[in-house]
Amino acid sequence: MPVIDQRTAPRIPRRRPAPRLAVRKSPPRRGGTGRARNLWPYALVAPAVGGMLYLLVYPLVRAVLISFQDFRLRQLIAGDADFVGLRNYRTLLTDPRFWEVVRRTFLFMAVNVVLIMVIATLVALMVERLGRIGRTVVLCSLVLAWAMPVVAATTVFQWLFHSEFGIVNWSLTSLGLDSFDRYPWFANGTAAFAILVTLIVWQSVPFAAITLYSALTTVSPELYESARLDGAGAGRIFRSVTFPILRPIFLLVVSLEVIWTFKAFVQIWVMTRGGPGDATTILPVYAVQTALSSQRYDLGSAASMVTVVLMSGVLVLYFRQMLRQEDETR
Amino acid sequence: MNSPAVRLRLRRLPLYLAAAVTVAVCLFPVYWMISTAFKPSKDIQSSDPQLFPRTWTLDHFQRAVDADGFALFWRNSILVTLGAVLLALLVALGAAYAVARLRWRGRRQFMLMIFIAQMAPWESLIIPIYIISRDTNMLDRLPTLTLIYFMITLPFTVVVLRGFIGTIPPELEEAAQVDGCTRTGAFWRVAMPLLAPGLMATSLFGFITAWNEFAYANFLIIKQQDNRTLPVWLSSFQNTFGTDWGATMAASTLFALPALVIFLLLQRHVTSGFAAGAVKG
Repeated sequence: MPVIDQRTAPRIPRRRPAPRLAVRKSPPRRGGTGRARNLWPYALVAPAVGGMLYLLVYPLVRAVLISFQDFRLRQLIAGDADFVGLRNYRTLLTDPRFWEVVRRTFLFMAVNVVLIMVIATLVALMVERLGRIGRTVVLCSLVLAWAMPVVAATTVFQWLFHSEFGIVNWSLTSLGLDSFDRYPWFANGTAAFAILVTLIVWQSVPFAAITLYSALTTVSPELYESARLDGAGAGRIFRSVTFPILRPIFLLVVSLEVIWTFKAFVQIWVMTRGGPGDATTILPVYAVQTALSSQRYDLGSAASMVTVVLMSGVLVLYFRQMLRQEDETR
Repeated sequence: MNSPAVRLRLRRLPLYLAAAVTVAVCLFPVYWMISTAFKPSKDIQSSDPQLFPRTWTLDHFQRAVDADGFALFWRNSILVTLGAVLLALLVALGAAYAVARLRWRGRRQFMLMIFIAQMAPWESLIIPIYIISRDTNMLDRLPTLTLIYFMITLPFTVVVLRGFIGTIPPELEEAAQVDGCTRTGAFWRVAMPLLAPGLMATSLFGFITAWNEFAYANFLIIKQQDNRTLPVWLSSFQNTFGTDWGATMAASTLFALPALVIFLLLQRHVTSGFAAGAVKG
């Protein structure tokens, strides 16, 4: 994103008049009236706008409507749902289980984002200090970990943490921790939660580290040089030189990672379906469970809408940063 | 003995150690998947897992490929993914051209819409999309998935193509127009060849996103099991194959291979931050 915006040439507004002149010189096919030319851009974006309206806006509106309706299996088949006002939201917000899920979602998000950002920053700083060969090797392995498809990675982690033949239990037992002999990771709530966090951190660090590293390379060496001449230590340099320059990208990555926490739905669904018990149920999982497993489409939609509202808080932050960058490159 | 060079080496030792740990942590799960896939079953289910397999076998791959409907799901995934990527490319090319080259009211609003669409909460739209597809009789059908994957990849494609078109000097097309080309002709003959590498990279990233998508494939294809795609097949693989971890890892390897290859080929783009927002990190 950031880099893409730098690539977006600032020339767009400047060059405007030229093509028009050129078009006038050679008569365009579609009888060159001014109106036809003015409609041309709208015709070009029409399919994209149409797609967004039908595939994004309409489902979102539909979800809002369903969350205000009494919508269960019967209504799904017969198709006549009554509006019940805020009843679904009232049911949801008075349900202690729902609040437990909200709390867990925030915990999951906080643990993931903090771990991802700390590790990614360290890896980025490390890559910057490495020589050419070392850097290539580390970047290559980061890219490979990043490329691993989510479902494949999830399956592999299930195998790594397999109770009987998993390599993790084997290593822990060989290290003398005998309590891990045949330890059933997925039967224990905290352990399953920890494995999911490990999996998501493993998958997310490459993107964050590579993005932070490419931002680091834009810092000019003279800045470090002069800071060092002024007697600043490594910690001081990071706080006063590196971090302020990284800050915009850092914030972008943080908000992306926060939003992507909700995408952990796939890992959770494939690995534990939210179990054991409720131990790994976060909001999107809860919504889908309520809707598609217990056929309470209304409550599920309401939970989804709560998720969207929570997410849009972060999104606003993200867009502010994003638009600031857009304007800077213009 | 204690020359400055040696001392420098020693001082850099922690750095190299950290690098080695990073590489090991990143690669081990991938390596373990591949090595398990090639190990004979008796070595997999032993109390002493060998880090380097002593004997190699292709049995697991054989079993994964022979599994029910493997070829079918492979074909489904390819069809859905290619359809979505080509559609997104076509639609995005028009939109990106309009944004990068033409001047019109609402251009900024359109880009804002694209940025918002890029962050769309797809996980929260599963329920309404399930209900809409059910109402319109689109459940259990591959075109439904194609449409959704098209929408998932479209915003990113528009953003990147806008950037690429912006880097091509408009003078080139103007010159062609002076020589008698129409505006469309000028774009096809002059700008397109220059855009080709960008188009290629962009569509490959779109390809990976669609190739990996699990949630919609899982919830929109329910009764028609023949229309499942590879990620869903892989996730249910353990149910069919139970404790056959060798075959499961072979299936994972076969499924992950295209993505791994594409990423390594595009490594330059990936590490330049180009892929930001393309593939979930």
